[in-house]
Amino acid sequence: MTTVKELETYAQNTWCPGCGNFGILNSIKKVLADLTEEGLDLSKMVLASGIGCHAKIVDYIKVNSFYSIHGRVPPPISGIKLANPDLVVIGHAGDGDAYGEGIEHLIFSAKRNINVTFIVHNNRVYGLTTGQFTPTSPAGFKGRSTPGGSPEEPLNPIDLMLASGATFVARGFAGKPKHLQLLIKAGIKHQGFAFIDVLQPCFTFYNTYDFYNKRVYELTDKAHDSSDREAALARAREWSYGEGERIPIGIFYQVRRPTYDEKLLKGRIPIKLKPGNIRSILKKHI
Amino acid sequence: MEELSILIGGKAGDGIRQAGQTLARLLNRIGYRIFFYDDYPSLIRGGHNFSIIRASKKKILAHKEKVDLIVALNQDAVEKHKHRLNSGGVILYDSKKVEAQGVGVDFMGLVKELEGAPIMRNTAALGALAKVLNIEWPILKRVITDTIEKEVDLNLKIAQSAYDQVEKACFSVPNLNQKMLPLVSGNEAIALGAVQAGLNMYIAYPMTPASAILHYLAEHENDLSVVTIHPESEIGVALMALGAAYAGAKTMVGTSGGGFALMTEALSLSGQGEFPIVFIVSQRPGPSTGVPTYTMQGDLSFVIHSGHGEFAKLVLAPGDAEEAFYLTGLAMNLAWKFQIPCFVLSDKHLSESIFSFDADPDKIKPEDPLLWDGQGEYKRYLDTQNGISPLAFPGNPAAMVKATSYEHDEYGITTEESDQIVRMQQKRLRKKKTMEDELSRHEQVKVYGNLESKTVLLCWGSTKGACVEAAEELGLKVVQPLVLEPLPITPLREVLSDADKIIDVEVNATGQLAKLLSAHGICIDDMILRFDGRPFTLDVLLEKVKEVLS
Repeated sequence: MTTVKELETYAQNTWCPGCGNFGILNSIKKVLADLTEEGLDLSKMVLASGIGCHAKIVDYIKVNSFYSIHGRVPPPISGIKLANPDLVVIGHAGDGDAYGEGIEHLIFSAKRNINVTFIVHNNRVYGLTTGQFTPTSPAGFKGRSTPGGSPEEPLNPIDLMLASGATFVARGFAGKPKHLQLLIKAGIKHQGFAFIDVLQPCFTFYNTYDFYNKRVYELTDKAHDSSDREAALARAREWSYGEGERIPIGIFYQVRRPTYDEKLLKGRIPIKLKPGNIRSILKKHI
Repeated sequence: MEELSILIGGKAGDGIRQAGQTLARLLNRIGYRIFFYDDYPSLIRGGHNFSIIRASKKKILAHKEKVDLIVALNQDAVEKHKHRLNSGGVILYDSKKVEAQGVGVDFMGLVKELEGAPIMRNTAALGALAKVLNIEWPILKRVITDTIEKEVDLNLKIAQSAYDQVEKACFSVPNLNQKMLPLVSGNEAIALGAVQAGLNMYIAYPMTPASAILHYLAEHENDLSVVTIHPESEIGVALMALGAAYAGAKTMVGTSGGGFALMTEALSLSGQGEFPIVFIVSQRPGPSTGVPTYTMQGDLSFVIHSGHGEFAKLVLAPGDAEEAFYLTGLAMNLAWKFQIPCFVLSDKHLSESIFSFDADPDKIKPEDPLLWDGQGEYKRYLDTQNGISPLAFPGNPAAMVKATSYEHDEYGITTEESDQIVRMQQKRLRKKKTMEDELSRHEQVKVYGNLESKTVLLCWGSTKGACVEAAEELGLKVVQPLVLEPLPITPLREVLSDADKIIDVEVNATGQLAKLLSAHGICIDDMILRFDGRPFTLDVLLEKVKEVLS
């Protein structure tokens, strides 16, 4: 087994004090440490990230990683999983990455049900480029590119993922790390595309701690049937990333469907494939 | 006859390419060497499609403007092409649909009488054609049996009925008793070369003229032991491929210019992160959508300069199916040896033309990359003398593999320190020098024709075919670089040193190879450029070269 401490690297952490990313970093490290206790082989773990404040997370955790580019986390993690389905793959992305630049890849990951976990550090602001509106900023958001207020309505990623066919759809809050750990663990164990939108306050450009603390409530098995898609849609629409009184967090929806890797690979492991015989094919060309 | 050219024409949906390929097989079976050119607009029904099958006793890599025989399934095939007919040439036509002089057979009536589907008109045409060429019925029967997948008996009946309706042969096409060779398109040769070098995954989004690589590998996925994937976009394709390469799979992607434009972001990531990856770029006329189903060599400058930032890449340009096979294998091996992006630059004319394929598969062997020896702590980006860091893959219990788009230290952790930035940039660029040393041991520039001649036809890629034959006829020398980046300037200077006149022949509007060489001090005396979407035919090129020389 590996301890949380042992998962640290020598990289200097450069997030702002109070950054919501700490809640996610600590949660993922705790989950990984816990899972090694349950038998997870950390050498089979791959983390990936995009570009933005969230992306530094791969520098801070001592496991295999693929530090990708903005918006492009789903394609490389799909490639990694498909090349070697024995690997356990988690993608991290920001809301600019996941819902802006790379939204096509996210939708297709859900549509295909590729067996990876995808965690969005959703602070609803561009932090590293110093404060512009993102696809999930509320309408009227005053950022450096929209000083008069954003003219766009926010996107509801929970609704979008349900529509796209994701088989595990959850929302967490970086300010509730214990709850978030449960979600991440469930996401990793889920066979299929596990999507987790994490509400993550940006201490410097969009401090939403108070806003969320007043509004989030946990979905419980008692009150919500996560196998019921209609119920999931109703809960997803309870808050549309603008104003609102109550924000549900927890697992909205979970169902088991054959995964893309199962269907595409049919048991083959590409990195172990031996080249075929081209001579017999060439004979057919005569 | 030592040589014969046949044009088959009809509208899209008539199965022209299929009929042409069956004809090519027929001639292959009696020992002819084949070059097959396919010309079709970008539509599914209607329009005008034609194929030219040139068959010869000797190996050929180009077709001619002029033909000996036209097989007309519609009137357009006569009107658009009758000027191509050599003296003594014949038109074989569907007599109830087409007005022409020559041999008329009621293909459609015959198909209806035997209750065949309209598409079987081309089977009737093949039957009649075999008789016109004086090829014995059993040979055609065998080819139809081997080629046509559905309703073989019905097709045979139709073919035989058409065969019998032609009263006498117009040509005498004997069996040459030469070895039969596989008929392979450039795209198929690319696919097979990659497989032979150990391809595990082929990832592509459909785009003419590269799509057939995806189709071919997907169709033969099990036999060739390759996983094929068709993702959401070319951006998805290239990034997915980098992930697969990171995990240890030998991966290739394929597209045309517009799709490659979308991949350039990932290309730079492969430069920074040192991901081995093979890109097939099959060119077509641009800019933008351009002319999707025609040919051009217009993306040479784009591809060799592609990607932001400074990093090593390799660009290879095959000119025929064998070169496509060998160079794709080489690209795969070198991509992994140097952990860099390697390109095979094709075009519609190479990708979709079909050649008599005489390659030795054993000349390509999958080579193991430099793997980590497991000693000490693993550093993905270990700074070495030749710039190559040993590879390990995720799943290795002793290694933590951190790959990244960011500037990084040896472990792959982000850095913005000036000394580290310089060190890593120099490490990556050292691989270029290492690669150039390796390339100097390979054939980088080919020379053909009259080696003594002081007049040189300079060409690259698919233009080779017409150039080599024209040069043989006119007693000139041909120089064809196989490597375009890094440009093999020393061997090029060597073979061009005693040239009095260098004539650059390219299928583009600006002479991109000529410009490239000029930048290295090699002066081009004349340029013969074609950029109407069509490749050079032998006769057209001969005329142009004669004009330049007169």
